[in-house]
Amino acid sequence: MRHRENKWKMIDWLTIGLYAMLVLFGWFTIYAASYDFENSAWIDMGARHGKQLMWIGFSVVLAVVVMLIDSKFYNNVAYVFYALMIVLLILTIFIAPDIKGSHSWLRLGPLQIQPAEFAKYATLLCLAKFMSTYGFSLQNRRNLLLALCIVFLPAVIIIAQSETGSALVFVALMLVLFREGMNGLVLVLGALCALFFILVLRYNNLPLAPGEQPTPELYGFILAFVIGILVSMVFVHLYTRDKACLRAMAGVNAVVWVAGGVLHYFYPAVLYTWIAAASLGVTMLTLVVFMFVTRRKTFGVVTLFLVGVLALSLCADYAFNKVLAPHQQIRIKIVLGLEDDPQGAGYNVRQSQIAIGSGGVMGKGYLNGTQTKLNYVPEQDTDFIFCTIGEEHGFVGSVLFIVVYTFFMIRLIYLAERQRSAFSRIYGYGLVSVFLFHFFINIGMVTGITPVIGIPLPFISYGGSSLWGFTIMLFTFIRLDANRMEVLQHS
Amino acid sequence: MKYKRKHQDSRSRQITMVMLVLVVCVLFIVRLFSLQVLDDTYKDSAESNAFLRKTIYPSRGLIYDRNGKLMVSNQPVYDVMVVLREMANFDTLAFCQVMGITKMDFEERMADIKNRRKNPGYSRYTPQVFIPQISYQDYGLLQEKLFRFPGIFVQQRVARQYTLPCAALQIGSLGEVTQKQLEADAYYKRGDHKGQSGIENQYEEALRGQKGVEILLRDVHGRIKGKYNDGANDVAAVPGKNLTLGIDMELQAYGEKLMQGKMGSIVAIEPKSGQILAMISAPSFDPNLLVGRERSKNYAALSTDPTKPLFNRPVMAQYPPGSTFKLVQALIMQQEGIFTRNTLLPCYDGYYYTRTKKVGCHHHKSPIDLPTSIETSCNAYYCYGMRRMLDERLDKYGTIQGAYNVWRDYVFGMGFGDALGIDYPGEKDGVVYRSSTYDKIYGKRGWKSSTIISISIGQGELLATPLQIANLAAFIANKGYYKIPHLVTMVGNDSIDIAYRTPHKVEIKDKYFDVVIEGMARAVKKGTARFGQIPGIEFCGKTGTAQNPHGDDHSIFMGFAPMDNPQIAISVYVENSGFGATWAVPIASLMIEKYLHRSIDSSRVEIEKRMLEKSFY
Repeated sequence: MRHRENKWKMIDWLTIGLYAMLVLFGWFTIYAASYDFENSAWIDMGARHGKQLMWIGFSVVLAVVVMLIDSKFYNNVAYVFYALMIVLLILTIFIAPDIKGSHSWLRLGPLQIQPAEFAKYATLLCLAKFMSTYGFSLQNRRNLLLALCIVFLPAVIIIAQSETGSALVFVALMLVLFREGMNGLVLVLGALCALFFILVLRYNNLPLAPGEQPTPELYGFILAFVIGILVSMVFVHLYTRDKACLRAMAGVNAVVWVAGGVLHYFYPAVLYTWIAAASLGVTMLTLVVFMFVTRRKTFGVVTLFLVGVLALSLCADYAFNKVLAPHQQIRIKIVLGLEDDPQGAGYNVRQSQIAIGSGGVMGKGYLNGTQTKLNYVPEQDTDFIFCTIGEEHGFVGSVLFIVVYTFFMIRLIYLAERQRSAFSRIYGYGLVSVFLFHFFINIGMVTGITPVIGIPLPFISYGGSSLWGFTIMLFTFIRLDANRMEVLQHS
Repeated sequence: MKYKRKHQDSRSRQITMVMLVLVVCVLFIVRLFSLQVLDDTYKDSAESNAFLRKTIYPSRGLIYDRNGKLMVSNQPVYDVMVVLREMANFDTLAFCQVMGITKMDFEERMADIKNRRKNPGYSRYTPQVFIPQISYQDYGLLQEKLFRFPGIFVQQRVARQYTLPCAALQIGSLGEVTQKQLEADAYYKRGDHKGQSGIENQYEEALRGQKGVEILLRDVHGRIKGKYNDGANDVAAVPGKNLTLGIDMELQAYGEKLMQGKMGSIVAIEPKSGQILAMISAPSFDPNLLVGRERSKNYAALSTDPTKPLFNRPVMAQYPPGSTFKLVQALIMQQEGIFTRNTLLPCYDGYYYTRTKKVGCHHHKSPIDLPTSIETSCNAYYCYGMRRMLDERLDKYGTIQGAYNVWRDYVFGMGFGDALGIDYPGEKDGVVYRSSTYDKIYGKRGWKSSTIISISIGQGELLATPLQIANLAAFIANKGYYKIPHLVTMVGNDSIDIAYRTPHKVEIKDKYFDVVIEGMARAVKKGTARFGQIPGIEFCGKTGTAQNPHGDDHSIFMGFAPMDNPQIAISVYVENSGFGATWAVPIASLMIEKYLHRSIDSSRVEIEKRMLEKSFY
């Protein structure tokens, strides 16, 4: 019974305090975003801020309920809950009404609920339970594969609901796998993939200035190949420490580029694109030669990396045009600066940047933002809510908000690390990953860093489903953390 | 050992996670810094998004005549505006009926509104002008039925209203600013009206006042959502200043009436002050023609009229001064000691300047003295004068050029040659040749008085505007000074430019003026201008006839009254009407009588009637 007495002391009140701060700040921001110069009642249950007040009230109830449940419960029901969630997600595809082409909302009486918000929770619990089972190792291929399945199964179903944005969140759970021992190279390669994809898209289709002749050069390929070769040299250095190979690679590349440059000078028809391709070819050849001479497989693996670079580069345009829906293509093109359409698809991004930019250093003051009040920014109380913060509180307020949010996430990492049970730790990291992804994509899209992916800013954006989902997820972790001294499960 | 390595590994992974979070945080801070601190174009974009700067137009200054009577005021006119987005279920036919237009007019106008080239400010959400400047009566009709036409509303503007339909050219008119004016003065916005001619143009800055601005908040659909900052940033409009003119409105209207059916001009000046009492350009027109919807149509008609009603003759027409110029000669010759009052000279029907060529003269007694030469308007007298000055006083002047230059300096000192500088746009210079110009034409030694003998009687290479001739009458009345003639006497409560209040001295002695005035008085009593006698008013004048190579001569008269205490100096030109005495003299005398007595004596009603009825075209 000693434990029970200490339970309330064990709760991390700092995190709850940060939560309360964010939710309250969120409500005031929603009030500001939906503020009408002609109707400014603080409590109006018909208005968005009035409803949000109800959602917040109910969130408190949910939080208390979550805190009252025994912490072992979450571990015990994880699989069942996951299975039920998968079934619900699949059902949703068929029974949900069509809202702007997406089938993701369920109607429960007066409430509308998006199961995808809760699928994250189920997936986190399931992943935590699976990865904390005795004998689990990410080095075991079977285990790794199963863990990936747990993560991506709901994502695939959610894509089928046409909610690609929500599905992408699951990618963030790769961070959990990394923390639990997955080779960091996977993340690096993933990031490189994205980099090559962007390079090829961005620089193969440079927008032409009026009157400019299109050039036959494909700068995307040139950049991708050159960076690929440089990265391969880093790999060779890190994993083989073979100086002879490095010298050979540098040498053949120097020869190719000097010879190519001379050729280009006399025969302009010899494009740099071809020279870059040639240098990629001779680099691969060098690596293959070293593989046979030294009989070390590592050279072969690095060669495969370069083959991957080549394949990805050649496929990027195709994948972009065939796999992505047109509206997704445009969103990416706008971020890459390939398309500028301030009245069309670029409108949201343009207007949200105007709103934030016009805030200046000190902001226009609470309730004095004109861009958001007058509806220039779309979705101003949901996905684009950061615009209101940027416009009314300026650089100082925005940075303060970002610092607080960052502190909140780092606090969660700290909590995750102090867990004695692997289940709690893995769950905690999953939680941080989800928050980080939402934070990065949401503020990234309104400031024009990332493409527009319609996902909310946790605790700030208007919406019951997302607030409840994140509240349950967070308080489950706080509950687990409060019990960290009791539970000495297998680490 | 293995545990320790594992611990180190997870420690580094933990740090990597923290670093990842921090990288995102720093990335955002950098991005926000560039958006919010470095780049300030977003502020402007936001303002042009959300602020509707509604211009508040000040009321334009009013214009009063010299007696404080209102001449020009403002009247409300109404623009029919349309917001295309709100025109749901629009009953086009009924609307056309109310407006008195056909369905085709309606569609044509709509197409013009939507044409972004003709109407660069087009938007479905904001008001567009459908029909500008409908009258108060039309507005009344429309107002009753306005509720039936969604998207249509009426916006009030201000147009000019005239107490009497006179002085159209002098006051000038308002018109929409042109592209050039927009570029030259940032005060104006497209669609603004400004003074485009006359006093309205000359005193534009005083009359227009200062625009105010009301900052309204506009939402994404263009709807107005109230005032920005509760109006704290609004600027109130400053009304324009009222003008007071030297013009006597009744005299002006009377003069225009007298000049009906004639071409020419009347300029009346108060000699002491230089204030213009009346400035008539005939034919004149109703200033209301250039107000409102029909402005451009009427303007086109006026500008193609062969009688040139838009040509402001008093300041723009250059005529040879004719015999009125003999007064100038009489003054110069006396001052230079060439004539005295009693210099007797012969004239037997003219002056022979070569053996065979003569300047003709009408029959009168001979020989005559100086006042008689003015009374009879003798040509020969002044030819002798000019010859004596240019050819026979080389001991004094050295060369003919020297003599001519002295003469020319006198003429310029009397306000001839250059434009006088009236406060009215477009005043023309007169013409008085330089001696060097004659040198160029005839060679340095190639000319003498006989070469340029016509200028001695105001013909030849001499041109002057009616304003300059009126000014001549004014400074003779003043015996030696004039103030630059001007239309406006007060701007708001401020007096006018010092330039109009400074007397210009004419370097001729008083006693020489007396001789000239004696001649002018006799001209009216029994000489060339005897048709102009007014009961109870002793006045002085001089007729003239400007030779016109294009048709009949122009009839000229200039003079002032009363002789002892001059109140009005006047010049009258009647184009193509022949000898000066017949038309110009009676018209001038009627103007003088009207101004001094405010009415016409019954003995002269017959003359008045004849003047009013006469038409030359």
